[in-house]
Amino acid sequence: MQATFPPAASPAVSSIGASAPGRARWPLTVAIVLAVLALAWFVTVRQSVLFVIGLGMGGLLAGARFGFTTGWRRLIEARDASGVFAQIVLLAVAAGISIPLLASFPGDLAAALGPPSISLLIGAFVFGITMQIADGCGSGTLYKAGLGIPLNMGVLPLFALGSFLGSVHLHGWLSLGAVAPVSLVRDWGAGGALAATFAGLVACGLAAWVWSRKGGVAAPAPWNRKLLLAGIGLALLAVANLVVAGQPWGVVYGFGLWAAKVATAAGVFDPAANAFWGQAGNLRTLEQSVFLDVTSITNIGIMAGALWIAARRPSSGKPLTGRQWAAVLVAGFLLGYSSRLAFGCNVGAMVSGISTGSLHGWIWVALAFAGSLIGVRLRRRLGV
Amino acid sequence: MTSRASAIVLFWAVLIVFFAWDWTHSSPVNHRKEPAILAIGSGQAPSGGHCSAF
Repeated sequence: MQATFPPAASPAVSSIGASAPGRARWPLTVAIVLAVLALAWFVTVRQSVLFVIGLGMGGLLAGARFGFTTGWRRLIEARDASGVFAQIVLLAVAAGISIPLLASFPGDLAAALGPPSISLLIGAFVFGITMQIADGCGSGTLYKAGLGIPLNMGVLPLFALGSFLGSVHLHGWLSLGAVAPVSLVRDWGAGGALAATFAGLVACGLAAWVWSRKGGVAAPAPWNRKLLLAGIGLALLAVANLVVAGQPWGVVYGFGLWAAKVATAAGVFDPAANAFWGQAGNLRTLEQSVFLDVTSITNIGIMAGALWIAARRPSSGKPLTGRQWAAVLVAGFLLGYSSRLAFGCNVGAMVSGISTGSLHGWIWVALAFAGSLIGVRLRRRLGV
Repeated sequence: MTSRASAIVLFWAVLIVFFAWDWTHSSPVNHRKEPAILAIGSGQAPSGGHCSAF
């Protein structure tokens, strides 16, 4: 069994029609505009706006090949800090706007607050390993699936299944030990939260800079204009998500919801009997259309935005063996499962956690990066 | 149509079928309860699901 997927440094990933790149853009543009209008008419204007925000995210992620996973891997293996610096700029811009907004509108806006816990430690560590093997984190899997990369299209359903099962088992994992979520905005105010967040980001930037200069050979330039601009754009869209939805950007809740709906309809799962899905808010979300769910609608937008980019790009790739496929699909399932244990992926926990002043975002980064140190070695051994 | 293009079409077809099935099997949208376009300044607390929820 073989398929193709792009090499890490490949500038081009996929196209819908290799013979005429760009030919599919017009009908695709019309379909996307119709979807925006249909959401506004049949669902709500807010969900339509969130879909547009997701389109922008997908376009930026795919257009700039902005990969959180790749950025970390390039830092670890090639001492190339450009991807990580772009992520730090993203976090700084998002935090610089989101934290004052959260302090000013505490009743309208919510932060991404996850509890520091054993569950978080294990989940983030496993997520860091598996995101390197599956070549994509939460947003990476989404936009690469939208680009039409077979690897990520295959991973997506297993990511959803893992995310669902992780949420089903979440309270069991939490019983291993947890403390209440820590909000820097609530505890220290906007000024203190901003100061602590910027200090942490500067420390991360310095560590990446020192590491990138330590190799003894000429390190790649730390500033990549395309990635930096994409990072700033993604930060502004993340803030827009917060302003419109009242909650930060997230990915994995939507995946778990889709699988939960299928499991419930199939009669193999009783949400009312589960500690997580039995909560009033989650039961209501299960009964509603996925088009009313915030994370689902931005997820769909990200995939559609990436598909629009893919309509113009030529493809390239290398074959995957059956063994590599098996490893990647197992990693995809674990990616989803661990992301729920960790209270988010690189988006929900790292970007949204840190930019809204949640301590769990910082813990997530430390453990996920430690996991990635192992993940890049496993990835090399598996040849993916 | 290349095998890659076929895979993309199949992927989106499955997604669209899922969305259509979900739309027909979910509670109808109550437009009387439509939230404000912007949550900020609306005076309404956010109630959507998020990855950090537990």
